[in-house]
Amino acid sequence: MCLAIPGRLLNKVDDSRGTVDLGGITKEISLVFLPDAKVGDWLIIHTGFALQTISEQDALDTISLLQEAYSTAKD
Amino acid sequence: MKDDIIILGHGSGAGLTRRLIREVFASRFEMPTLDDAACVDHRIAVTTDSYVVDPLFFPGGDIGRLSVTGTINDLCVCGSEPAYLVAGFIIEEGFSIARLRQIVDSMQETAMEAGVKIIAGDTKVVERGKCDGVFITTTGIGFRPAGVELSTRNIEAGDRIVVNGSLGDHTVAIINARQNLGLLPAPQSDCAPLHEIVRILLNTTKLRFARDATRGGVATILNEIYEDTGLGLILDESALPVKQSTSVVCELLGLDPLYLANEGKMVAIVSAATDEMLSQLQAHRYGWDSAVIGEVTTEVKGVYLRTSLGSLRPLLMLDSDPLPRIC
Amino acid sequence: MTAPVNLNHFRQPELIGKILQDLHDFQRPVSFMEVCGSHTMAIGHWGLRKLLPRNIRLISGPGCPVCVTPASVIDELSRLKGITIATFGDLIRVPGSRQTLEQARARGADVHTVYSPLEALELSKQGETIFVGIGFETTIPGIAHTVLEAARLNLADFSVLVLCKLIPPALKALLSDPEVKIDGLILPGHVSVVTGTQAYEFIPDKFGIGGVVTGFEPLDIVLGIKKLTNQLGAPQISNEYSRMVSREGNQVAQAMMAEVFSTGAALWRGLGEIPDSGLQLRSKYSSFDALAKYGLNITADQENTACQCGSVLKGKIQPSECPLYANTCTPANPVGPCMVSSEGSCAAFYKYER
Repeated sequence: MCLAIPGRLLNKVDDSRGTVDLGGITKEISLVFLPDAKVGDWLIIHTGFALQTISEQDALDTISLLQEAYSTAKD
Repeated sequence: MKDDIIILGHGSGAGLTRRLIREVFASRFEMPTLDDAACVDHRIAVTTDSYVVDPLFFPGGDIGRLSVTGTINDLCVCGSEPAYLVAGFIIEEGFSIARLRQIVDSMQETAMEAGVKIIAGDTKVVERGKCDGVFITTTGIGFRPAGVELSTRNIEAGDRIVVNGSLGDHTVAIINARQNLGLLPAPQSDCAPLHEIVRILLNTTKLRFARDATRGGVATILNEIYEDTGLGLILDESALPVKQSTSVVCELLGLDPLYLANEGKMVAIVSAATDEMLSQLQAHRYGWDSAVIGEVTTEVKGVYLRTSLGSLRPLLMLDSDPLPRIC
Repeated sequence: MTAPVNLNHFRQPELIGKILQDLHDFQRPVSFMEVCGSHTMAIGHWGLRKLLPRNIRLISGPGCPVCVTPASVIDELSRLKGITIATFGDLIRVPGSRQTLEQARARGADVHTVYSPLEALELSKQGETIFVGIGFETTIPGIAHTVLEAARLNLADFSVLVLCKLIPPALKALLSDPEVKIDGLILPGHVSVVTGTQAYEFIPDKFGIGGVVTGFEPLDIVLGIKKLTNQLGAPQISNEYSRMVSREGNQVAQAMMAEVFSTGAALWRGLGEIPDSGLQLRSKYSSFDALAKYGLNITADQENTACQCGSVLKGKIQPSECPLYANTCTPANPVGPCMVSSEGSCAAFYKYER
C-alpha cells in the first residue's frame, strides 16, 4: 500500500524541502520528517515526502552476506 | 490580421471565416484555397481521428503535431504511403490566434516531414467553455502499393515482435505536464511520423502486421493479436526498451510502460528479425532504440511476459487507461 | 545510478534463484500472510507464487486502503456540489452505489487526482476543497503535515475526509479470529519505516507466530519468506528491510501524527469495526474535518450476501474459492472490496495467477 521510491538528495531548498535525483530525473520533495538529511543521502520517498534515509552500507552488507552464504553453501 | 483571438463570428461561414481560413490555414498549408472536400485516386486507404489532448502544448509536441502523426501512423501501419490530410477544427471562443498559428505551424511542419499535403479543412467556433481550447479531427488518405497486405491473418508461430523504441514516453510526458509533478528535465513525448520506419520493415523483412501503440500501449495490441489469431505471444522483460526517466515515473506512480500510450512507436510482427532490419531501424532517428521484444508462439494461450527471474506473468487486456496510484 | 540502493541490486536473478532453490528444500506446508497491497502487487508482478514451492502458500491480507474503505464514501462525495475533490488516483474508479468519482467528474463534478496531499492545499486556495485521506502509516504523516500547513496558512477552504487506518490493530483483530490460521506474517516494509518494528512486538508473545518486516523488491520478498521459514520454531519479529527500517521508526513522523490525530474505532470494509484502528482529527484541527463540515455520513455498505471478501481478507479462502470470483465479480465489474482495487487480493489474483 505504499509505493515509495529511492532518491539521492541533491540540494536542500530550505530546511523542509529539497531536490532529489530519482535516476536521471529530479523532483522537489518535502524533508519535514528528516530534518537531519544531508546532501548526498539516499532517501525513500512516498507521496512527495521523504520518510527515511536509506543506509547504503546496510544494503551493501545485505547483498554481500547473501552472496557469501550462497557461494559457500552446498551446490 | 488585426484580430488576436477567435470570436464566435469566425465560425459564421461569412467574411471573418473566409479571412481566418485564408490567412491562418490556407496560407500556411500552402494551398490557394481550402475547401471542404478534394478528389483523389483509387486504391486509397482512409482513416480519421480526433485529438483532444490536455495540455495542448507539451514537451516533445503539441496537439497540432499529434493530429498529424496520429493519422499518418494509422495509414502507415496498414502499409499505405500517406499522401493527404484534411483537418477539422473546433475552436473555443477566446482562443488566442497566435497559439492557433503555432498549432497550424506544427501541423504543416510535421506533414512536410512525412511528405503529406493538408488539402482541405473545416472550422467551427463554439462558445467559451464548450471545448478545451481546440479540438482537431484529421482524416488521412494514403495509397497502398500492390502486394502489400498487412493483417493479423499473416501472423505465424515463430514470428518476432518488434518495437521501434522506448515505451511509455508520451504518457509520462503528459502526466508530468498535467499533474505538475515538477520532474526535471521534463520528460518528452515521442510524437513522430513512422512512414520511414514502416518502409524499412517492408524492405528488410517480411512484415506480417503492424499497429501504432497509442492508447492502451503495446500490451493492448498484443492482446488484440491474440484475440484475432489465437496464437500466444511471449515478451522478454530484459529486452523491453524503457528510458530511465520513464521507468522512474512508472515506479513513482505504479504504472506499467507496456500499457501506456505512445505517439511515435509501433508494434510490428515480422517473420524474422534480420540484421539488415535492425541496423536500418537503429540508424533512423525514430528507431534508434528499436528492439526485438518477443515472439509469437503456440506454447502459451494469451499474452505473457517472461520476467528477469524466469517466471511468466500474464499481460491481460485492461478495460481502461491505467491510473496512477500511491499504494 | 550504481549505488547499492539501486533497485537492480535487489532484483539479481542469480541470487534470487539460489534463495528459491533453498526454499525448495523446505517441505512443510505453511501459510504466510503478506499484509500489504504493495506486496500483493510485487509478488504478482514478479510471478513469485509460481517460483515458490507449492507447500509455501501466500495469502493476501487486508493492507489495501482502497479495499477497506466503505464505498458509501464515493456516494457521499458524489453528492457534493461546487466543491473540489482531491484524491489519490487509487480511488478514481472505485464504484459507489451509482457511479465512480471518474463518472461523477464526467457529469461535472470537480475531481482532481493528486500525487501528494500538499497539492490539495494549493487547490483550496482557489475554492473549497476536500482531500480524501485514505492510507496507512506510510501516508498518514504526509496528511498530518498537510493539516498543520493548512492551519499555519489559515486555509479555511481546505478540509480532509479522514479515512486513515492503522495496521497493527488490524493485525491484532485478524490474529484474534480463531478461524484465521497463518504461520507467519510478511510485514509491510514502508508502513514499518514510520512505525518501526516495535509496533509488531506484541505478535509473537500474544499469538505465537512471527513476522518479518520485508522490502518490496523480489530479493527482499524471497529473503523475507526464507527468514519466516527459519524462525518457525521460535517466533519473533525480524527485519529484512533494515536498510531503511529501524526498531523505533521515524519519530518525527510519529510525533506529527500524534499532534494532529487521535485514535478510535474504524470500519474496515470486509472486516467490520476494529477498535483503535482509525484516526480522527483532534479538536484543535476540527475546522478541517470534512465529515463535520459537510455533514457526510459514511456507513457500512450493503454487501452482496454471496460475497466472500471477509473470508478472503482474513486469509480463510483463496479468491478462486469465492463463488462470485471471475464470473459475476471481475475487475471490470467488482462486487466486493477485494476486487475493487487493482491491488486487492481478488483483483491481483485475477490479474496475475492464471
